[in-house]
Amino acid sequence: MSTPEFAAHESHAHAAPQGFIRKWVFSLDHKVIGLQYYFLALTAVFVGMFLSLLMRIHLIWPSVALPLIGEIRPETYLSLLTMHGTIMVFFVLTTAPQGGFGNYFLPIQIGAADMAFPVLNMLSFWVTFLAYLVMLAAFFVTGGAPLHGWTGYPPLSALPSAGPGEGLGADLWVISIALFCIGALMSALNFITTTLDMRCKGLSLMRMPLTCWAWFITAILGLLAFGVLFSAGILLLADRNMGTSFFVPLVTVNGQLAAHKGGSPLLWQHLFWFFGHPEVYIAILPAMGLCSQLVSVFSRKPIFGYKAMVYAILSIGLLGFMVWGHHMFMSGMSPYTAFAFSLMTMAIGVPSAIKTFNWLGTLWGGRIRFSSPMLFAIGFVSMFVSGGISGPFLAQPVLDIPLHDTYFVTGHFHLIMGVASIFGIFAATYYWFPKMFGRMMNESLARWHFWFTFIGTYAIFMPMHYLGMAGHPRRYSQLTELNYLHGLVPLQKFITYAAFVTIASQFIFLFNLFWSMKGGKKASDNPWEATTLEWTTATPPPHDNFGGHTPVVYNGPYEYSVPGALRDYVMQTDPTTVAAH
Amino acid sequence: MGLVLLVIIWLITLVSTYFFVAKTWWLPVGASAAAAGIDHHFATTYLLMGVVFVAAQFTLGYFAWRYRDGDSSLPARYSHGNNTLEIVWTVLTFILFVGLNLMSSSIWASERFRPAEPGAVQVEVTGMQFAWYFRYPGPDGKFGTTKPELIDASAGGEAAIGLDTREAASKDDVVTGTMYVPVDREVEVILRAQDVIHSFFVPAMRFKQDAVPGLAIHMHFTPISIGDYEIACAELCGLGHYKMHGMLKVVSQEEFDRWLAAREAEKQ
Repeated sequence: MSTPEFAAHESHAHAAPQGFIRKWVFSLDHKVIGLQYYFLALTAVFVGMFLSLLMRIHLIWPSVALPLIGEIRPETYLSLLTMHGTIMVFFVLTTAPQGGFGNYFLPIQIGAADMAFPVLNMLSFWVTFLAYLVMLAAFFVTGGAPLHGWTGYPPLSALPSAGPGEGLGADLWVISIALFCIGALMSALNFITTTLDMRCKGLSLMRMPLTCWAWFITAILGLLAFGVLFSAGILLLADRNMGTSFFVPLVTVNGQLAAHKGGSPLLWQHLFWFFGHPEVYIAILPAMGLCSQLVSVFSRKPIFGYKAMVYAILSIGLLGFMVWGHHMFMSGMSPYTAFAFSLMTMAIGVPSAIKTFNWLGTLWGGRIRFSSPMLFAIGFVSMFVSGGISGPFLAQPVLDIPLHDTYFVTGHFHLIMGVASIFGIFAATYYWFPKMFGRMMNESLARWHFWFTFIGTYAIFMPMHYLGMAGHPRRYSQLTELNYLHGLVPLQKFITYAAFVTIASQFIFLFNLFWSMKGGKKASDNPWEATTLEWTTATPPPHDNFGGHTPVVYNGPYEYSVPGALRDYVMQTDPTTVAAH
Repeated sequence: MGLVLLVIIWLITLVSTYFFVAKTWWLPVGASAAAAGIDHHFATTYLLMGVVFVAAQFTLGYFAWRYRDGDSSLPARYSHGNNTLEIVWTVLTFILFVGLNLMSSSIWASERFRPAEPGAVQVEVTGMQFAWYFRYPGPDGKFGTTKPELIDASAGGEAAIGLDTREAASKDDVVTGTMYVPVDREVEVILRAQDVIHSFFVPAMRFKQDAVPGLAIHMHFTPISIGDYEIACAELCGLGHYKMHGMLKVVSQEEFDRWLAAREAEKQ
């Protein structure tokens, strides 16, 4: 007679599929689904990057005619920035770290054969894929893609007459986001259940790698945040197509009285940012977890303050839901609430700072190996500090008066949410590529990629803070109208040149990724001499992850340089238990 | 590799900091009563955060070099952390961040918690795609009613904001495309938007506030130097967002009175 737990485990150990379709397309295997998410994000990041390139070109050469595309008009510029932001936030920063690496490695790191709900997992990917197609379709409909920005503030986003792209393009944009929410909700349920129910014997919560903690808390944030965005999206669709007035008051657009009254534009902002701020953490938490992992592995030292790291992730998750109003200090909401939101926002800076101190503490006294994943992890810490340090400026409503909606904000969130997260994705790629594909990536190319990207992204985003201090508003397609912007044009030119170099260097990565799949050096099962469960199994892992047996965990995830041990690392599965420290 | 990291991280830190310290690009010269306080708090935050920034980056670069793996390196220290240190840096960060917040709250309160003083110059600012209109209540001190069905943007002026000119209170309302205010007097701004959200941004006045359709938002500022100051739109409002600008002219009280009287005379 089997125990209920045994039965539950058995049901996940589905047989390996044989046909191409079940193996690579409609796969139930979390590893294949992880790769599907990853490659979806990879195509999305190149689309998003290409859009940003067009924007940068337009900003400094407004009337240049590009091959195939022609001249970029002011409304096209706004469509580019809307689609750049939306694609990057949803289909890259949310998709790759969680859907990609989380899917692939969460089950393996907790010693499970698959996610808790494999069919749901497959569905969540395909719904996300559909959302991506719908989003891209917005480029090709009459009027083109919407111009309302990734935040989609109504009434601009609610009224087809408010501008080009606000017709069918905007409908597709909202539908795509609603679909994305459905995919993200299914995925979140799966991650939470998997983490809680499917850990192997001996893997208590406080023995989980910090990557698993990060994916777990990210999933909880996703569960609470995407539901709200989904509702907001449905209300916006209703305003656009069914004559409701949730977000639109009495307005006159283009000389025509719109058929709405009594709605509140601020309601959208509250709903959007109730999702939008946790979304920032959805993008960055997995990168934080991963970099904690890498800093420990490559410093050959236990992570400094494991418990503090866990509590920091938990408090970021909790406080993340109490700070959304800091996006709205200038919106017309009550100035009294600004005080509370500001206080909570400053408070959320504390766990973020704790994490930085702990990363430095881990390096301190270590024996650092500068393999490419570690370079990107150190780059992540540097970017996280640089992007984080401007947070306490923007968290104070008084300083938002000069800085809100200027390039200072653009510089801030690109460094911390964009570049730092992307560094996390790069680090994860270099780190786990050997496990996923059985070969090593080329280390020299990886280093060149790192130096170009590290210096290049600083050169792009640091000057944006200067622009913002000088009062340069965001989302201006031309710099000709305001006199005080004329003096800032040289800085804008510098940023565009830096973007050219940085974008070009991403092809080093792309080449390395695909070339190494066939031409890379064969990888051993544990090339980085790391301790977590994915390095105990074959490379690449078999269909059921551990080849018919279930691992048993005896140790914490970061036992490096243990005095008296045979090697400088003790696997989580080594029965010689490390004495509790 | 450790040394290269140290050099690059330190260089990036120094170059970035140089441009901040040299104020190569900085806040525009302040021209309102609130500017000095806001700028001072900006400088305080900037100094404290600057120290944290440089210290953290320098430490990162230094550790990368100091603890690099090499033939002569010591074995890594087996340590799971230090609770005392955790508590120390948690408390210090908390004091720094919350302290900054408390320091700035009084400026915020004086800007946003209190209404404009009685006797402030009233100006209604209306944002629309893609222009700002300014309305003065005239000698009666009362704004006439505006009605959406009367709006005719192409006609400009009073018609652009839909002023009901048959009403008594509307007779002396002055609507202009340039904002005139007297120096050293508080200005009460009543912000409205006709179509989508705009944001009334006057960098030199350290003034920014969204104008939201359906709301009339009351704000105030006091210009302290005579001059012309550019007004920008700081909320994405459509394809002409970049060209939605205006001019704020701060003049002496006498010149302001003369200007307003001349506008009144034009109406008769």
